[in-house]
Amino acid sequence: MIHKYKALGMNIVLDVYSGAVHVVDDAVYEMLDYCLEPFAPEAVCPEYIIEAMEDRYDRRDIIEAYSEICGLVGAGQLFTDDCYADLAKTWNKQSVVKALCLHIAHDCNLRCEYCFGSTGEYSGGRCLMSAETGKKAIDFVIKSSGGRRNIEIDYFGGEPLMNFGVVKEITEYAKEQGRLHGKNFRFTITTNGILLDEEKQKYINENMSNVVLSLDGTKETNDRLRRRVDGSGSYDTIVPKFRRLAQSRNQDNYYVRGTFTAYNVDFAKDVLHLADLGFKQTSVEPVVAPYEEDYALKPEHLPEIFSEYDKLAEEYVKRYRSGSGFNFFHFMVDLDQGPCAVKRLSGCGAGHEYLAVTPQGDIYPCHQFVGNEKFRMGSVYGSGELNRDIVNYFENSNVYTKEKCKDCFAKFYCSGGCSANAYNFNGDINKPYELGCEMQKKRTECAIAVAAVKKLG
Amino acid sequence: MKHIQTLNKANLKDTANRGCGECQTSCQSACKTSCTVANQKCEQA
Repeated sequence: MIHKYKALGMNIVLDVYSGAVHVVDDAVYEMLDYCLEPFAPEAVCPEYIIEAMEDRYDRRDIIEAYSEICGLVGAGQLFTDDCYADLAKTWNKQSVVKALCLHIAHDCNLRCEYCFGSTGEYSGGRCLMSAETGKKAIDFVIKSSGGRRNIEIDYFGGEPLMNFGVVKEITEYAKEQGRLHGKNFRFTITTNGILLDEEKQKYINENMSNVVLSLDGTKETNDRLRRRVDGSGSYDTIVPKFRRLAQSRNQDNYYVRGTFTAYNVDFAKDVLHLADLGFKQTSVEPVVAPYEEDYALKPEHLPEIFSEYDKLAEEYVKRYRSGSGFNFFHFMVDLDQGPCAVKRLSGCGAGHEYLAVTPQGDIYPCHQFVGNEKFRMGSVYGSGELNRDIVNYFENSNVYTKEKCKDCFAKFYCSGGCSANAYNFNGDINKPYELGCEMQKKRTECAIAVAAVKKLG
Repeated sequence: MKHIQTLNKANLKDTANRGCGECQTSCQSACKTSCTVANQKCEQA
Protein backbone atom coordinates (compact mmCIF):
# COMPACT_ATOMS: atom_id res chain seq x y z
CA MET A 1 0.00 0.00 0.00
CA ILE A 2 1.24 3.47 -0.81
CA HIS A 3 -0.02 6.91 0.14
CA LYS A 4 0.88 9.95 -1.94
CA TYR A 5 0.15 13.57 -1.16
CA LYS A 6 1.48 17.07 -1.61
CA ALA A 7 2.80 19.10 1.30
CA LEU A 8 5.25 21.94 1.85
CA GLY A 9 5.78 22.16 -1.92
CA MET A 10 6.80 18.51 -2.26
CA ASN A 11 5.28 15.40 -3.80
CA ILE A 12 5.56 12.79 -1.07
CA VAL A 13 5.08 9.04 -1.39
CA LEU A 14 4.88 6.82 1.67
CA ASP A 15 5.28 3.09 1.27
CA VAL A 16 3.20 1.94 4.21
CA TYR A 17 4.63 -1.51 4.94
CA SER A 18 8.32 -0.70 4.58
CA GLY A 19 8.03 2.80 6.03
CA ALA A 20 10.05 4.18 3.10
CA VAL A 21 9.38 7.82 2.25
CA HIS A 22 10.12 9.22 -1.19
CA VAL A 23 10.05 12.74 -2.53
CA VAL A 24 9.23 12.47 -6.21
CA ASP A 25 8.91 14.75 -9.23
CA ASP A 26 5.64 15.42 -11.00
CA ALA A 27 6.16 12.66 -13.56
CA VAL A 28 6.54 9.92 -10.94
CA TYR A 29 3.74 11.41 -8.83
CA GLU A 30 1.35 11.23 -11.74
CA MET A 31 2.60 7.90 -13.00
CA LEU A 32 1.81 6.24 -9.68
CA ASP A 33 -1.87 6.75 -10.52
CA TYR A 34 -1.39 4.23 -13.33
CA CYS A 35 0.56 1.76 -11.20
CA LEU A 36 -2.28 -0.10 -9.52
CA GLU A 37 -1.71 -2.63 -6.75
CA PRO A 38 -0.72 -5.40 -6.84
CA PHE A 39 1.92 -3.80 -8.98
CA ALA A 40 4.04 -6.03 -11.20
CA PRO A 41 6.96 -4.20 -12.82
CA GLU A 42 7.30 -4.68 -16.55
CA ALA A 43 10.58 -4.71 -18.47
CA VAL A 44 9.62 -1.58 -20.36
CA CYS A 45 7.20 1.18 -19.53
CA PRO A 46 3.74 0.13 -20.78
CA GLU A 47 2.60 2.07 -23.80
CA TYR A 48 -0.70 3.14 -22.21
CA ILE A 49 1.24 5.05 -19.53
CA ILE A 50 3.41 6.78 -22.10
CA GLU A 51 0.35 7.71 -24.14
CA ALA A 52 -1.45 9.07 -21.10
CA MET A 53 1.46 11.31 -20.09
CA GLU A 54 3.26 12.13 -23.31
CA ASP A 55 1.49 15.44 -23.87
CA ARG A 56 3.01 16.84 -20.68
CA TYR A 57 6.31 14.99 -20.21
CA ASP A 58 9.24 14.07 -22.39
CA ARG A 59 9.05 10.43 -23.51
CA ARG A 60 12.53 9.75 -22.14
CA ASP A 61 11.58 11.13 -18.74
CA ILE A 62 8.49 8.93 -18.63
CA ILE A 63 10.55 5.84 -19.37
CA GLU A 64 13.16 6.82 -16.78
CA ALA A 65 10.52 7.51 -14.16
CA TYR A 66 8.96 4.10 -14.73
CA SER A 67 12.33 2.47 -14.43
CA GLU A 68 13.00 4.22 -11.13
CA ILE A 69 9.62 3.11 -9.77
CA CYS A 70 10.43 -0.48 -10.73
CA GLY A 71 13.83 -0.16 -9.08
CA LEU A 72 12.22 0.79 -5.77
CA VAL A 73 9.77 -2.08 -6.03
CA GLY A 74 12.73 -4.43 -6.50
CA ALA A 75 14.49 -2.91 -3.50
CA GLY A 76 11.43 -3.45 -1.29
CA GLN A 77 10.70 0.24 -0.86
CA LEU A 78 7.55 0.63 -2.90
CA PHE A 79 4.35 -1.40 -3.13
CA THR A 80 5.74 -3.61 -0.37
CA ASP A 81 3.52 -6.46 0.78
CA ASP A 82 1.96 -6.60 4.21
CA CYS A 83 4.09 -9.02 6.19
CA TYR A 84 2.68 -8.15 9.60
CA ALA A 85 -0.83 -9.61 9.46
CA ASP A 86 0.38 -13.12 10.28
CA LEU A 87 2.69 -11.81 12.97
CA ALA A 88 -0.27 -10.08 14.62
CA LYS A 89 -2.44 -13.20 14.40
CA THR A 90 0.03 -15.57 16.00
CA TRP A 91 1.35 -13.06 18.46
CA ASN A 92 1.87 -14.36 21.95
CA LYS A 93 2.80 -11.20 23.72
CA GLN A 94 3.22 -12.46 27.26
CA SER A 95 3.53 -8.81 28.15
CA VAL A 96 4.68 -7.51 31.48
CA VAL A 97 3.78 -4.28 33.22
CA LYS A 98 6.38 -1.63 32.46
CA ALA A 99 4.71 1.67 33.21
CA LEU A 100 2.36 3.09 35.79
CA CYS A 101 0.42 6.29 35.81
CA LEU A 102 0.08 7.11 39.49
CA HIS A 103 -2.91 9.28 40.32
CA ILE A 104 -1.14 11.08 43.10
CA ALA A 105 -4.01 13.49 43.65
CA HIS A 106 -7.63 13.20 42.70
CA ASP A 107 -7.88 16.86 43.43
CA CYS A 108 -6.87 19.96 41.57
CA ASN A 109 -6.44 23.68 42.16
CA LEU A 110 -7.81 24.45 38.70
CA ARG A 111 -11.28 23.86 37.32
CA CYS A 112 -10.56 23.36 33.63
CA GLU A 113 -13.85 22.98 31.84
CA TYR A 114 -12.67 20.22 29.49
CA CYS A 115 -10.93 18.05 32.11
CA PHE A 116 -11.47 14.33 31.44
CA GLY A 117 -10.81 13.77 35.15
CA SER A 118 -13.88 15.82 36.12
CA THR A 119 -11.64 18.70 37.34
CA GLY A 120 -9.59 16.23 39.34
CA GLU A 121 -12.22 14.08 41.01
CA TYR A 122 -12.61 11.32 38.41
CA SER A 123 -16.17 10.90 39.72
CA GLY A 124 -14.90 9.44 42.99
CA GLY A 125 -14.53 12.42 45.29
CA ARG A 126 -11.44 14.51 45.99
CA CYS A 127 -8.61 12.62 47.67
CA LEU A 128 -4.83 12.17 47.73
CA MET A 129 -2.71 9.05 47.34
CA SER A 130 -0.87 8.00 50.48
CA ALA A 131 2.83 7.16 50.45
CA GLU A 132 1.88 3.65 51.51
CA THR A 133 -0.32 3.15 48.45
CA GLY A 134 2.37 4.61 46.20
CA LYS A 135 4.96 2.25 47.62
CA LYS A 136 2.60 -0.69 47.14
CA ALA A 137 2.31 0.39 43.50
CA ILE A 138 6.10 0.35 43.18
CA ASP A 139 6.21 -3.14 44.72
CA PHE A 140 3.49 -4.21 42.32
CA VAL A 141 5.31 -2.99 39.21
CA ILE A 142 8.61 -4.54 40.27
CA LYS A 143 6.83 -7.85 40.78
CA SER A 144 4.87 -7.56 37.53
CA SER A 145 7.64 -6.36 35.21
CA GLY A 146 9.43 -9.68 34.74
CA GLY A 147 12.81 -9.24 33.07
CA ARG A 148 12.07 -5.71 31.90
CA ARG A 149 14.71 -3.30 33.15
CA ASN A 150 13.25 0.10 32.29
CA ILE A 151 10.17 1.06 34.26
CA GLU A 152 8.31 4.34 33.98
CA ILE A 153 6.32 6.07 36.64
CA ASP A 154 4.22 9.08 35.68
CA TYR A 155 2.91 11.25 38.48
CA PHE A 156 -0.47 12.40 37.32
CA GLY A 157 -3.64 13.82 38.74
CA GLY A 158 -5.57 15.90 39.28
CA GLU A 159 -2.63 18.01 40.23
CA PRO A 160 0.33 16.01 41.60
CA LEU A 161 2.07 19.04 43.13
CA MET A 162 -0.80 19.14 45.66
CA ASN A 163 0.72 15.98 47.10
CA PHE A 164 4.39 16.54 46.35
CA GLY A 165 5.69 15.17 49.66
CA VAL A 166 4.25 11.80 48.69
CA VAL A 167 5.73 12.13 45.17
CA LYS A 168 9.15 12.50 46.76
CA GLU A 169 8.62 9.64 49.17
CA ILE A 170 7.53 7.27 46.38
CA THR A 171 10.41 8.38 44.15
CA GLU A 172 13.03 7.72 46.81
CA TYR A 173 11.46 4.35 47.59
CA ALA A 174 11.39 3.38 43.91
CA LYS A 175 15.04 4.32 43.44
CA GLU A 176 16.03 2.25 46.44
CA GLN A 177 13.92 -0.74 45.35
CA GLY A 178 15.15 -0.35 41.77
CA ARG A 179 18.73 -0.76 42.95
CA LEU A 180 17.79 -3.87 44.90
CA HIS A 181 15.85 -5.46 42.03
CA GLY A 182 17.89 -4.37 39.00
CA LYS A 183 15.27 -1.95 37.69
CA ASN A 184 15.89 1.41 36.12
CA PHE A 185 13.02 3.70 37.15
CA ARG A 186 12.30 6.74 35.01
CA PHE A 187 9.95 9.31 36.44
CA THR A 188 7.78 11.88 34.74
CA ILE A 189 5.33 14.37 36.14
CA THR A 190 2.43 16.30 34.65
CA THR A 191 1.56 19.59 36.31
CA ASN A 192 -0.50 22.74 35.90
CA GLY A 193 2.31 24.69 37.55
CA ILE A 194 0.29 26.65 40.10
CA LEU A 195 2.25 25.22 43.04
CA LEU A 196 5.59 25.02 41.25
CA ASP A 197 8.38 26.66 43.25
CA GLU A 198 12.18 26.55 43.33
CA GLU A 199 12.37 23.65 45.72
CA LYS A 200 9.98 21.49 43.71
CA GLN A 201 11.73 22.49 40.49
CA LYS A 202 15.05 21.37 41.93
CA TYR A 203 13.67 17.99 42.95
CA ILE A 204 11.93 17.57 39.59
CA ASN A 205 15.11 18.38 37.70
CA GLU A 206 17.12 15.97 39.76
CA ASN A 207 14.69 13.11 39.42
CA MET A 208 12.26 13.42 36.52
CA SER A 209 13.29 12.44 33.01
CA ASN A 210 10.37 14.37 31.54
CA VAL A 211 7.95 17.03 32.75
CA VAL A 212 4.66 17.88 31.11
CA LEU A 213 3.59 21.46 31.77
CA SER A 214 -0.04 22.24 31.01
CA LEU A 215 -0.56 25.49 29.12
CA ASP A 216 -2.99 25.96 26.24
CA GLY A 217 -1.46 28.90 24.37
CA THR A 218 -2.22 32.60 24.50
CA LYS A 219 -3.54 34.15 27.68
CA GLU A 220 -6.98 34.44 26.13
CA THR A 221 -7.05 30.79 25.05
CA ASN A 222 -5.56 29.46 28.27
CA ASP A 223 -7.65 31.47 30.69
CA ARG A 224 -10.92 30.76 28.96
CA LEU A 225 -10.84 27.14 30.12
CA ARG A 226 -7.93 26.74 32.53
CA ARG A 227 -9.39 28.66 35.45
CA ARG A 228 -8.89 28.63 39.18
CA VAL A 229 -11.62 27.75 41.65
CA ASP A 230 -12.53 31.46 41.91
CA GLY A 231 -12.85 31.70 38.14
CA SER A 232 -9.66 33.68 37.55
CA GLY A 233 -7.16 32.61 34.90
CA SER A 234 -3.92 30.73 35.47
CA TYR A 235 -1.72 32.08 32.65
CA ASP A 236 -0.01 34.93 34.50
CA THR A 237 0.96 32.69 37.41
CA ILE A 238 2.24 29.72 35.48
CA VAL A 239 4.02 31.16 32.45
CA PRO A 240 6.99 32.66 34.38
CA LYS A 241 7.35 29.41 36.35
CA PHE A 242 7.24 27.27 33.23
CA ARG A 243 9.78 29.46 31.46
CA ARG A 244 12.12 29.18 34.42
CA LEU A 245 11.70 25.42 34.56
CA ALA A 246 12.27 25.01 30.82
CA GLN A 247 15.45 27.08 31.01
CA SER A 248 16.68 25.14 34.03
CA ARG A 249 16.32 21.94 31.97
CA ASN A 250 18.27 23.47 29.08
CA GLN A 251 15.10 23.53 26.97
CA ASP A 252 15.00 19.75 26.82
CA ASN A 253 13.17 16.82 28.40
CA TYR A 254 9.93 18.66 29.00
CA TYR A 255 6.83 19.63 27.05
CA VAL A 256 4.53 22.57 27.41
CA ARG A 257 1.36 20.76 26.56
CA GLY A 258 -1.91 22.38 25.61
CA THR A 259 -5.33 21.35 24.43
CA PHE A 260 -7.24 23.00 21.63
CA THR A 261 -11.01 23.01 21.53
CA ALA A 262 -13.89 24.36 19.46
CA TYR A 263 -13.15 27.74 21.08
CA ASN A 264 -9.71 27.93 19.41
CA VAL A 265 -9.87 25.87 16.26
CA ASP A 266 -7.31 28.41 14.99
CA PHE A 267 -4.82 26.74 17.33
CA ALA A 268 -1.70 27.32 15.20
CA LYS A 269 -1.47 30.76 16.76
CA ASP A 270 -1.44 29.14 20.21
CA VAL A 271 1.38 26.77 19.31
CA LEU A 272 3.36 29.65 17.86
CA HIS A 273 2.66 31.69 20.97
CA LEU A 274 4.26 28.95 23.07
CA ALA A 275 7.27 29.03 20.75
CA ASP A 276 7.36 32.83 20.98
CA LEU A 277 7.48 32.51 24.76
CA GLY A 278 10.75 30.67 24.23
CA PHE A 279 9.54 27.11 24.73
CA LYS A 280 11.42 24.67 22.50
CA GLN A 281 9.36 21.57 23.33
CA THR A 282 5.67 21.98 22.65
CA SER A 283 2.60 19.84 22.25
CA VAL A 284 -0.92 21.06 21.60
CA GLU A 285 -3.53 18.39 21.10
CA PRO A 286 -7.20 18.26 20.15
CA VAL A 287 -9.68 17.97 22.98
CA VAL A 288 -11.55 14.68 23.07
CA ALA A 289 -15.07 15.31 24.27
CA PRO A 290 -18.68 14.23 23.64
CA TYR A 291 -20.20 16.23 20.81
CA GLU A 292 -22.83 17.78 23.08
CA GLU A 293 -20.20 19.85 24.90
CA ASP A 294 -19.83 23.44 23.60
CA TYR A 295 -16.05 23.10 23.50
CA ALA A 296 -16.06 19.74 21.71
CA LEU A 297 -14.43 19.37 18.33
CA LYS A 298 -16.83 18.03 15.70
CA PRO A 299 -16.48 16.79 12.11
CA GLU A 300 -17.44 20.23 10.76
CA HIS A 301 -14.28 21.65 12.33
CA LEU A 302 -12.00 19.38 10.31
CA PRO A 303 -11.36 21.63 7.26
CA GLU A 304 -10.22 24.46 9.52
CA ILE A 305 -8.15 22.12 11.70
CA PHE A 306 -6.41 20.69 8.61
CA SER A 307 -5.69 24.19 7.37
CA GLU A 308 -4.24 25.07 10.79
CA TYR A 309 -1.92 22.05 10.71
CA ASP A 310 -0.77 23.12 7.24
CA LYS A 311 -0.22 26.67 8.41
CA LEU A 312 1.70 25.45 11.43
CA ALA A 313 3.87 23.13 9.33
CA GLU A 314 4.80 26.00 7.02
CA GLU A 315 5.79 28.29 9.87
CA TYR A 316 7.50 25.40 11.63
CA VAL A 317 9.89 24.74 8.75
CA LYS A 318 10.37 28.47 8.19
CA ARG A 319 11.58 28.83 11.77
CA TYR A 320 13.66 25.67 11.47
CA ARG A 321 15.41 27.05 8.40
CA SER A 322 16.04 30.38 10.06
CA GLY A 323 17.64 28.73 13.10
CA SER A 324 14.78 29.55 15.49
CA GLY A 325 13.07 26.18 15.29
CA PHE A 326 11.19 24.38 18.01
CA ASN A 327 9.71 20.91 18.46
CA PHE A 328 6.01 20.21 18.11
CA PHE A 329 5.25 16.77 19.53
CA HIS A 330 2.89 15.70 16.78
CA PHE A 331 5.29 16.76 14.02
CA MET A 332 8.11 14.66 15.42
CA VAL A 333 8.81 11.47 13.53
CA ASP A 334 12.01 9.53 13.10
CA LEU A 335 12.15 8.09 9.59
CA ASP A 336 15.39 6.20 10.18
CA GLN A 337 15.29 4.65 13.59
CA GLY A 338 11.84 5.03 15.06
CA PRO A 339 9.97 2.34 16.93
CA CYS A 340 10.06 -1.23 15.66
CA ALA A 341 7.16 -2.86 13.82
CA VAL A 342 6.07 -4.69 16.96
CA LYS A 343 5.67 -1.42 18.84
CA ARG A 344 3.84 0.12 15.91
CA LEU A 345 1.41 -2.78 15.82
CA SER A 346 0.67 -2.84 19.51
CA GLY A 347 0.39 0.81 20.48
CA CYS A 348 0.42 2.39 23.90
CA GLY A 349 0.21 -0.80 25.94
CA ALA A 350 -2.77 0.33 28.02
CA GLY A 351 -4.35 -2.48 29.98
CA HIS A 352 -1.37 -4.80 29.93
CA GLU A 353 1.96 -2.91 29.84
CA TYR A 354 0.74 0.45 31.03
CA LEU A 355 -1.69 0.77 33.93
CA ALA A 356 -3.14 3.53 36.08
CA VAL A 357 -3.33 3.41 39.87
CA THR A 358 -5.88 5.50 41.79
CA PRO A 359 -5.27 7.14 45.18
CA GLN A 360 -7.01 4.13 46.75
CA GLY A 361 -4.67 1.71 44.96
CA ASP A 362 -7.21 0.46 42.42
CA ILE A 363 -5.77 -0.49 39.04
CA TYR A 364 -7.30 0.51 35.70
CA PRO A 365 -6.12 0.02 32.08
CA CYS A 366 -5.03 3.66 31.84
CA HIS A 367 -5.71 7.08 33.30
CA GLN A 368 -8.66 7.59 30.96
CA PHE A 369 -10.49 4.49 32.19
CA VAL A 370 -10.18 5.49 35.85
CA GLY A 371 -13.61 5.74 37.43
CA ASN A 372 -15.24 3.27 35.03
CA GLU A 373 -15.90 0.38 37.42
CA LYS A 374 -16.28 -2.07 34.55
CA PHE A 375 -12.56 -1.64 33.94
CA ARG A 376 -11.29 -1.96 37.50
CA MET A 377 -8.61 -4.64 37.06
CA GLY A 378 -7.28 -5.17 40.55
CA SER A 379 -5.59 -3.41 43.43
CA VAL A 380 -2.04 -2.86 44.56
CA TYR A 381 -3.28 -4.11 47.94
CA GLY A 382 -4.33 -7.45 46.54
CA SER A 383 -2.27 -10.39 45.40
CA GLY A 384 -1.07 -8.42 42.40
CA GLU A 385 -3.26 -10.55 40.15
CA LEU A 386 -5.04 -8.63 37.44
CA ASN A 387 -8.41 -9.40 35.88
CA ARG A 388 -7.24 -11.58 33.00
CA ASP A 389 -10.30 -10.91 30.85
CA ILE A 390 -9.49 -7.20 30.84
CA VAL A 391 -5.77 -7.81 30.30
CA ASN A 392 -6.54 -10.12 27.36
CA TYR A 393 -9.00 -7.67 25.84
CA PHE A 394 -6.29 -5.02 25.67
CA GLU A 395 -3.38 -7.34 24.95
CA ASN A 396 -5.14 -8.87 21.96
CA SER A 397 -6.00 -5.50 20.48
CA ASN A 398 -3.68 -4.23 17.76
CA VAL A 399 -3.75 -2.58 14.38
CA TYR A 400 -4.99 -5.81 12.80
CA THR A 401 -7.96 -6.25 15.15
CA LYS A 402 -9.29 -2.87 14.03
CA GLU A 403 -11.25 -3.15 10.80
CA LYS A 404 -11.16 0.61 10.22
CA CYS A 405 -7.36 0.58 10.19
CA LYS A 406 -7.14 -1.96 7.37
CA ASP A 407 -6.78 0.52 4.54
CA CYS A 408 -5.34 3.44 6.51
CA PHE A 409 -1.88 4.68 5.56
CA ALA A 410 -1.27 6.09 9.05
CA LYS A 411 -1.83 2.87 10.98
CA PHE A 412 1.83 2.36 11.85
CA TYR A 413 2.11 5.92 13.14
CA CYS A 414 -0.76 5.79 15.63
CA SER A 415 -1.05 2.01 16.17
CA GLY A 416 -4.78 2.18 15.71
CA GLY A 417 -5.34 5.11 18.04
CA CYS A 418 -6.25 5.55 21.68
CA SER A 419 -8.20 2.68 23.25
CA ALA A 420 -10.01 4.98 25.67
CA ASN A 421 -11.20 7.26 22.90
CA ALA A 422 -12.38 4.26 20.89
CA TYR A 423 -14.26 2.86 23.87
CA ASN A 424 -15.81 6.15 24.89
CA PHE A 425 -17.09 6.95 21.41
CA ASN A 426 -17.82 3.52 19.98
CA GLY A 427 -18.06 1.17 22.95
CA ASP A 428 -15.16 -1.01 21.80
CA ILE A 429 -11.40 -0.45 21.96
CA ASN A 430 -11.18 -2.01 18.49
CA LYS A 431 -13.41 0.65 16.91
CA PRO A 432 -11.28 3.78 16.61
CA TYR A 433 -12.61 7.28 17.26
CA GLU A 434 -13.04 8.55 13.68
CA LEU A 435 -12.57 12.26 14.30
CA GLY A 436 -9.26 11.48 15.99
CA CYS A 437 -8.27 9.33 13.01
CA GLU A 438 -8.85 12.18 10.58
CA MET A 439 -6.66 14.52 12.61
CA GLN A 440 -4.03 11.83 13.10
CA LYS A 441 -3.80 11.29 9.34
CA LYS A 442 -3.33 14.98 8.72
CA ARG A 443 -0.68 15.25 11.44
CA THR A 444 1.14 12.23 10.03
CA GLU A 445 1.26 13.85 6.60
CA CYS A 446 2.61 17.08 8.10
CA ALA A 447 5.14 15.24 10.28
CA ILE A 448 6.54 13.30 7.32
CA ALA A 449 6.71 16.48 5.22
CA VAL A 450 8.55 18.29 8.00
CA ALA A 451 10.99 15.38 8.30
CA ALA A 452 11.50 15.53 4.53
CA VAL A 453 12.36 19.23 4.70
CA LYS A 454 14.85 18.54 7.49
CA LYS A 455 16.44 15.72 5.50
CA LEU A 456 16.65 17.59 2.23
CA GLY A 457 17.80 20.82 3.82
CA MET B 1 18.00 8.65 -9.22
CA LYS B 2 16.77 11.59 -11.20
CA HIS B 3 13.08 11.52 -10.40
CA ILE B 4 12.94 10.08 -6.89
CA GLN B 5 14.72 10.94 -3.65
CA THR B 6 14.36 8.27 -1.00
CA LEU B 7 14.64 9.75 2.47
CA ASN B 8 15.24 6.74 4.67
CA LYS B 9 17.36 3.66 4.51
CA ALA B 10 15.79 1.71 7.37
CA ASN B 11 13.07 -0.75 6.45
CA LEU B 12 10.28 -1.36 8.93
CA LYS B 13 10.17 -5.00 7.84
CA ASP B 14 13.64 -5.56 9.25
CA THR B 15 12.28 -4.75 12.70
CA ALA B 16 9.38 -7.24 12.61
CA ASN B 17 11.20 -9.66 14.91
CA ARG B 18 12.25 -7.11 17.50
CA GLY B 19 9.92 -5.97 20.23
CA CYS B 20 12.18 -5.98 23.28
CA GLY B 21 9.63 -3.73 24.99
CA GLU B 22 12.19 -1.56 26.74
CA CYS B 23 10.95 1.59 24.99
CA GLN B 24 8.96 4.31 26.64
CA THR B 25 5.21 3.94 26.90
CA SER B 26 3.90 6.41 24.39
CA CYS B 27 1.26 7.97 26.61
CA GLN B 28 3.85 8.87 29.23
CA SER B 29 5.63 11.35 27.00
CA ALA B 30 3.12 14.07 26.36
CA CYS B 31 -0.13 12.95 24.85
CA LYS B 32 -2.43 11.40 27.46
CA THR B 33 -5.35 11.83 25.08
CA SER B 34 -4.15 10.40 21.79
CA CYS B 35 -1.90 7.60 20.68
CA THR B 36 1.24 8.76 18.99
CA VAL B 37 3.77 6.03 18.51
CA ALA B 38 5.90 6.96 15.54
CA ASN B 39 7.77 9.68 17.41
CA GLN B 40 8.96 7.32 20.13
CA LYS B 41 12.60 6.37 20.36
CA CYS B 42 13.87 2.82 20.04
CA GLU B 43 15.97 1.79 23.03
CA GLN B 44 18.12 -0.29 20.67
CA ALA B 45 18.95 2.69 18.47
